[in-house]
Amino acid sequence: MTRRLSHHVTGWLLVLPAMAFLALFTHWPALATFVDSFWSTPKGKRPARFVGPDNYQHMLSDPVFWKAAWNNLIFALGTVPLSIALALLMAVWVNDRLKGQTALRMAYFTPTILPMIAVANIWLFFFTPSYGLLDQIRGLFGAQPWPWLGSDQTALFCVIVVAVWKEAGFFMIFYLAALQQIPPTLAEAASLEGASRWTYFRRVQWPLLMPTTLFVFVNAAINAFRMVDHVFVLTHGGPDNATTLLLYYIYEVGFKFWDTAYAAALTVVLLVVLALIAAIQFGVIERRAHYR
Amino acid sequence: MQRADVYAPRGLALTLETAGAWLLALIWIAPLAYAVWTAFHPQEFSTRFVWNAPLTLENFSRVLEAAPFGRYMVNTFVYVSFVLACQLVLCTLAAYGFARYDFFGAGVAFALVLVQLMIMPDVLIVENYRTMTKLDLVDTAPGIALPYAASAFGVFLLRQTFKSVPKELDDAARVEGASPLQTLWRVYIPLAKPVYIAYALVSISHHWNNFLWPLIVTNSVEARPLTVGLQIFAGVDQGIDWSVICTATLISAAPLLVAFLLFQRQFVQSFMRAGIR
Repeated sequence: MTRRLSHHVTGWLLVLPAMAFLALFTHWPALATFVDSFWSTPKGKRPARFVGPDNYQHMLSDPVFWKAAWNNLIFALGTVPLSIALALLMAVWVNDRLKGQTALRMAYFTPTILPMIAVANIWLFFFTPSYGLLDQIRGLFGAQPWPWLGSDQTALFCVIVVAVWKEAGFFMIFYLAALQQIPPTLAEAASLEGASRWTYFRRVQWPLLMPTTLFVFVNAAINAFRMVDHVFVLTHGGPDNATTLLLYYIYEVGFKFWDTAYAAALTVVLLVVLALIAAIQFGVIERRAHYR
Repeated sequence: MQRADVYAPRGLALTLETAGAWLLALIWIAPLAYAVWTAFHPQEFSTRFVWNAPLTLENFSRVLEAAPFGRYMVNTFVYVSFVLACQLVLCTLAAYGFARYDFFGAGVAFALVLVQLMIMPDVLIVENYRTMTKLDLVDTAPGIALPYAASAFGVFLLRQTFKSVPKELDDAARVEGASPLQTLWRVYIPLAKPVYIAYALVSISHHWNNFLWPLIVTNSVEARPLTVGLQIFAGVDQGIDWSVICTATLISAAPLLVAFLLFQRQFVQSFMRAGIR
């Protein structure tokens, strides 16, 4: 009996330090965010008071919130499929043993380890009107300069491009590993049946890559709601909030306008989005488990 | 092992694929290539690409005179090492507990750990800033590091690894009278070495590049890491002097980039190992 008890105690003692840190910096702040979203922001000597759903009502009538939510949706719908498609294309190419395979893999993967805040400065130059790289190349074909980041028609598109550039090479390595695990006999069998390369990809490779695609999808979806570093460099959310994403708006409200209660309410929205992604993940994984 | 090459591209298809792959690679490496070009050439060549432009190191001395990048780099080193040290200790202990002790409430505790995979400290900036203010840790290295000290991802990764260690090795150590911590130190940690290397590389890369939380929680040169220092430098101090901005960019990325170029294979494998669960 004492042996059993010491077993439980040792187990708890081992996990306790990590649990304490998680409680202090994840569980508690998540709950506190929820509670604070029903209180007002303390100002000077006036303490916070309970205001019920006021912050949420304010949110519903806040055009910037709706703009940020809409932008974030577009950002997700742009970055997630594009990153997945490019990652797959890169993996297929690197897997095909083209000339300079190692150099190709390195070129695709390098953005993963570069600081976003640093490389965004270089993209800033690429997007500069007239003498930026993009307009210099377009100038060769006689095109007029265009304010890529200064126009609300293209600014969000540029923010999406930089995000895809940053994460596609990271996702590539998972597709590459999965492709290399497909037994070569499958390709032989398919070719004996006379399948074209496209048929082989669609009927054999793509279904076998499904678990990888799910993994990449979930990660890309989470990234779509927390990748904001490049917004700080490229646009600061402008022009006219055309590139304000949810987390960036939370930063502005919480640390520029110091309206912490409203920032808490906005954070709750972001947490709900992340919880939805988690629900999708577990829903799909559980359904997949039925096949095993 | 020889791969079956029945579907490998041939002839025209091979040419097209190679051209496509290299074009994409060119686009992908272009920002870095541009930064290197501009950093090592005089200012007037920052938007003019001619092959015989003279090389120079002048941009580097200009950057180092204009902003304390040496100090920023030290700060980043301190913060990254502090995070990694905390993570290694906390995650190792917790992972061992979850892997080998079927204690009361372990399932619930583990589920609580996994919550952090979805709700990262990155999104809880408002409340964590409040906590740091109360703890009087704003503008210090622990202030930047502590929210990341316990990593759900690290616990998960090490738990998987520890579970694959044969139970017999554990029992043998116990028979010889080793305590739980001695068993962990002598049996489990040596066997998990590749996983530790993978985890360390991923953690270092992640925190070297971390920006939003350090931006919020630091406000002086003494605590600011490279990413925040660079943003302030490029955003405020310099108008549009691209050669200086590119040089500063290169300085911020250099240690990690050099390590990556030297140990390319380890980096790619580490990110892969850490991702596939």
